[in-house]
Amino acid sequence: MKKFRAISGAAAPLNMINVDTDQIIPKQYLSAITRAGLGKGLFHDFRYDIDDNENPDFVLNREPYRDAKILIASENFGCGSSREHAPWSLDDFGIRCVIAPSFADIFFNNCVKNGVLLIVMDDSKVRQLMAIAENPQTCNMTVNLDAQTVALADGSIVSFEIDSFRKRRLLEGLDDIGITLQRKDEITAFEAKQKSLMPWLYRQQQGSGQPTTGKK
Amino acid sequence: MRTAKTLFDKIWESHVVAENDDGTSLLYIDMHLTHEVTSWPGFENMRLNGRSVHRTDTVLAVPDHVIPTTSRSERIADDQARIQFETLIKNCQEFGVSLIPLTDARQGIVHIIGPEQGATQPGITLVCGDSHTATHGAFGCLAFGIGSSEVEHVLSTQTLVQKRPKNMRIAVNGELPFGVTGKDMILAIIGAIGTAGGTGHVVEYVGSAIRALSMEGRMTVCNMTIEGGARAGLIAPDETTFQYIRGRPLAPSENQWDAAMTYWKTLPSDEDAAYDKEVRLDAQKIVPQVTWGTSPEDVIPIHGRVPDPAAATDEQQRDAIQAAIDYMGLSANQPITDIKVDRAFIGSCTNGRIEDVRAAAKVAAGRKLADGVSAMVVPGSGLVKAQAEAEGLDKILTQAGFEWREPGCSMCIAMNGDILEPGERCASTSNRNFKGRQGRDSRTHLVSPAMAAAAAIEGHFVDVRDLAP
Repeated sequence: MKKFRAISGAAAPLNMINVDTDQIIPKQYLSAITRAGLGKGLFHDFRYDIDDNENPDFVLNREPYRDAKILIASENFGCGSSREHAPWSLDDFGIRCVIAPSFADIFFNNCVKNGVLLIVMDDSKVRQLMAIAENPQTCNMTVNLDAQTVALADGSIVSFEIDSFRKRRLLEGLDDIGITLQRKDEITAFEAKQKSLMPWLYRQQQGSGQPTTGKK
Repeated sequence: MRTAKTLFDKIWESHVVAENDDGTSLLYIDMHLTHEVTSWPGFENMRLNGRSVHRTDTVLAVPDHVIPTTSRSERIADDQARIQFETLIKNCQEFGVSLIPLTDARQGIVHIIGPEQGATQPGITLVCGDSHTATHGAFGCLAFGIGSSEVEHVLSTQTLVQKRPKNMRIAVNGELPFGVTGKDMILAIIGAIGTAGGTGHVVEYVGSAIRALSMEGRMTVCNMTIEGGARAGLIAPDETTFQYIRGRPLAPSENQWDAAMTYWKTLPSDEDAAYDKEVRLDAQKIVPQVTWGTSPEDVIPIHGRVPDPAAATDEQQRDAIQAAIDYMGLSANQPITDIKVDRAFIGSCTNGRIEDVRAAAKVAAGRKLADGVSAMVVPGSGLVKAQAEAEGLDKILTQAGFEWREPGCSMCIAMNGDILEPGERCASTSNRNFKGRQGRDSRTHLVSPAMAAAAAIEGHFVDVRDLAP
């Protein structure tokens, strides 16, 4: 997984509450069998009209936001589906940081797994950043994860909180699977205990194809 | 440390393999259901890293999202869909994972076949790369949706790294009025708590109205828990649960049955267990519900009106309501019963089971679709389809003009060609009315199966209880 240290670039404002994962990346992109190129589908229905022409009013279609690296969003960003295509499309577009007052749970977890930094900030602070981002002259920001700061175009600094769990994983690009496999012994010990207490959860595997057939 | 535990506490604590020093836990996963859309990245990475599936006896795969609901014997026309479908088959073969094939009588929507096959049981942890995994919580298990990276983690290690959520209790007491269903109940709940009401929590549903629901009603309620922001929703197991499970293919065998029951009966929450958040609803006050906007929380009783943005106190809320009204082609204060429909869709993991088909057929019997309305009924699985046909429900529905389809997710997510045209308005028994969900610029109104059938017949939303017998 990519490490996250610091990013610098245009912050795009998205002043809408409850932006769901269908808006972030609609269903036609779920037929993908590869992650590359999903950036084209980011906020598809906001960016393109029904004839696939760019909607000139949408922020990501205007300069300098076409190269946005940061998104300033509103409450409950990422609600809805568990599709990991949501952080993939943000990342493929180039946005590796979203700042909002709150995020939905599954989307939050998916972002950690994909090196996308989600910053939770007080509503009033987010509104301030939103106003600054809305001005193309002042929208450039630098997010530094180690220092936990967002530096604005006028030189001022806004700090943010982040739990050490996420911070470490993002800074070091930690692969959860590699870490877990180091605990193989503990997993085996758990299974031995569980099997004696709940043997019905340990089934004979019939090989690929059919689950065991039984009555009913 | 609390000694009184909730159902969720008991399941969580009995599945912790190890605690991490950053406050997360390594949680053991007993059952992993999977489908064609979110499984391929996990398998692909495992292939690249030379990893195998840790316990193939805990995985069950089925194609459901992109497959057509028309003839099964034809090749899938859409290239991307066909590749995803074939990739699932290849992956299952290569990794030794059980797959229910498309043409098998047991095939269907993953959250419908899991319980049918007895994979869903009290006290287990169950995951799937789909947010409506919450459905399975109806059996008193901890079931939640995961992303594709977590799919890979579970396949390779049989565990997940998770931060322990909080407990939320939603109590619904009293008796649901006649003609009011589990779907109406959960829509009313989401209307009350909002789409972020449960974020960070696992919900337990309690109360006499919950107990009175059938397993299918309970599954409908738990299914939409995620729309209220909570990843998982649980209902404590009882005799209704045990009767449903007994004898199913993956359920404990007859000689294991007593031991399983003994364990399952220890699961319900202790009497003085504490919850971090509590909500109460009176079942008697719930009436048939209809969503009017572009979020499941935009819900209103059938005799209500579309809200007026001017009445909103908060500017962001006002803008959101206006945007939703504009998108949905409605007007402020419009009576819901005035809203005409073009289509009706009865199906999905929320309402695609036999009781749902029966409810639709009961309304459709002896009636016809309104002029200009088309409707389809998509049974949630081959077993549901077979039972419905044995009861003659398919004939009742087709005589009324409804299309009778093959099982699949179909128009809920509209990834398989079953899709609305721009501007079309649909009475849908699915779980999300987000913009574009059922097709670009399409308009979704979430309702119960009886209400969807009634809207299709009258041509506009009606209180199904008022239909002349």
